[in-house]
Amino acid sequence: MADVALQPSSTAAARTAQKRSGLRNVLGRKSTIAFLMALPLILLIATLVIYPAFYAVHLATLNKSMARFVGTGNFEFLFKRETFWLVVKQSCIFAITAVIFKAVIGFIVAHFVHNIPAKGQRKWRGMLLVPWVIPPAMSTLAWLWLFDPSYSAFNYTLSFFGIGPIPWTGDPYWARFSVILVNIWVGAPFFMIMYLAALKSVPDQLYEAAAIDGANWWQRIWYVTLPMMRNIIAITTLFSLIVTFANFDIVRILTAGGPLDHTHIFATWAFRVGIEGSDIPLGASVSLFMVPILAVAAIFILRDISKRGNEA
Amino acid sequence: MTTITIDKAGPTRKTKYGSMSRDRAWALRWSYFFLVIFAIFFLTPPIYMLITSLKTSAEISAATNPWWVFHPTLDNYIALLTSNQFLRFFWNSAIVSIFVVSITMLISVPAAFALSRMRFWGSTVLGTGVFLTYLIPETLLFIPLFKMFVVIGDWTGIQLINRWYVLLFIYPTLTVPFCTWIMIGYFASIPKELDEAAIIDGASWFQTLTRIFIPVALPGLIAATIFAFTVSWAQFLYPLVFTTSTDQLVMPVGIITTLIKGDVFNWGQIMTGALLGAAPPLIIYAFLMDYYIAGLTAGATKG
Repeated sequence: MADVALQPSSTAAARTAQKRSGLRNVLGRKSTIAFLMALPLILLIATLVIYPAFYAVHLATLNKSMARFVGTGNFEFLFKRETFWLVVKQSCIFAITAVIFKAVIGFIVAHFVHNIPAKGQRKWRGMLLVPWVIPPAMSTLAWLWLFDPSYSAFNYTLSFFGIGPIPWTGDPYWARFSVILVNIWVGAPFFMIMYLAALKSVPDQLYEAAAIDGANWWQRIWYVTLPMMRNIIAITTLFSLIVTFANFDIVRILTAGGPLDHTHIFATWAFRVGIEGSDIPLGASVSLFMVPILAVAAIFILRDISKRGNEA
Repeated sequence: MTTITIDKAGPTRKTKYGSMSRDRAWALRWSYFFLVIFAIFFLTPPIYMLITSLKTSAEISAATNPWWVFHPTLDNYIALLTSNQFLRFFWNSAIVSIFVVSITMLISVPAAFALSRMRFWGSTVLGTGVFLTYLIPETLLFIPLFKMFVVIGDWTGIQLINRWYVLLFIYPTLTVPFCTWIMIGYFASIPKELDEAAIIDGASWFQTLTRIFIPVALPGLIAATIFAFTVSWAQFLYPLVFTTSTDQLVMPVGIITTLIKGDVFNWGQIMTGALLGAAPPLIIYAFLMDYYIAGLTAGATKG
């Protein structure tokens, strides 16, 4: 009985195997084409992103002339330097303050744009996004000129209100303020545009329902708008955290890390040490300190994005 | 029963309507008021750029109102647009950006097509990897990349450091991941029936891509192109690290390193240069604003 049963099943198995191999052939051909189409992308990422990332780790373990392996020597050296801890502190202050203000300003502006009649929204949105469109290096130059020690247009204007000349980039605390201000200026429009897109996707019925239930303006925002926008807010904030934390252009042009290293952040200090000071291993070690924070932010972004994908 | 509820809702709604519309009118006024304030904040630097670019050096250093131009002049523009050095920067920037946009599109469109429609071994991992690569900032990679190109130069004798074309290798690391990512999103939104019909009619995969996907996803393609262009035009760190000779520099670096000479700031020319450097992205933005914004929001909302 077993034999009888075996025979047809084995032929059937052979037939399905044949069928499957034919199918696999087609699939194989299709996947080969697909692989070839994606090959330039894979090569680019492998050679110019992944390899340099590991190469940075390797570089960080060498001495200044890159002839000798020093293990964690560079890191130990950094830990003992006061400037390094200053840079860590400043990077965190810079990134966190700037992102919070960008998010809040972006949220407020998005609300105002959303409030006005649809006909005028395009015009306002277009105008308010300009800071994001101008290359940051170019707009920072304009800020540098607005902050100029002797001809500052801001100080000229403030002098009418009796506020004395402010050393925008000369004093450590004002320099930090200026760097963060410029960063907010550049980044807030991005938040504005993302939040505006999110606001538009909140169904009107929810607001109507909330209004009927007697919710006031604040309750509508707190119980309807924010929960509906939570995902976009999270993604935008995390994304901006990465970009702000790794910022280079603004600090470099506005203060170049000065006065007395009081505005250096990881990227500008890595440039100063690694390229200008031609101590490539030390520069690589400095920039590697950005990895943990970036990695945490990246993990959360990925989680939120996949969540978003599941919702849709 | 229904009539009762209507009766009940009628009068209350009416009174509420009146107060709501008055509230709305006030909300609108406040909205405009704050929007104007924010617009002033956002537009001051570019407008100040324009104001300064129209001034002579004498007027800039005079103690007059900096917010007004008393003797407008185009001298700064003439000086820069007839300077070979400045035109060289402009030319370098333009050629780098155009090449980078082409390279980016040639790499990312086929890859996005493969990743969104044709499953292959590791394709999901690669899709996530593309997005992760987009999150890696350039400030993390510039030191190892610099050293890599120095080593390549030593080994092969091909000198790439301090040549503008080295940027053609490096910029795609910034543009390709994002463009691939948003193109995956756009391609995924195309109904499957469309390409199935094409395959049944005997179209090859390549034909499906060029005849169906590219035309249908054209808005996404334009958004990706704009993104690649603005990124490569605005990039500051990589050219600062990789190029030093004045004839190899691109716009942003060129303006900053050549127009600022020691402590002497020729602000009229610097602002003119900055404005001219900001002009191409601004012009593209002015004409293709909707595509620009679509590309901006697609990064986080698609996929």
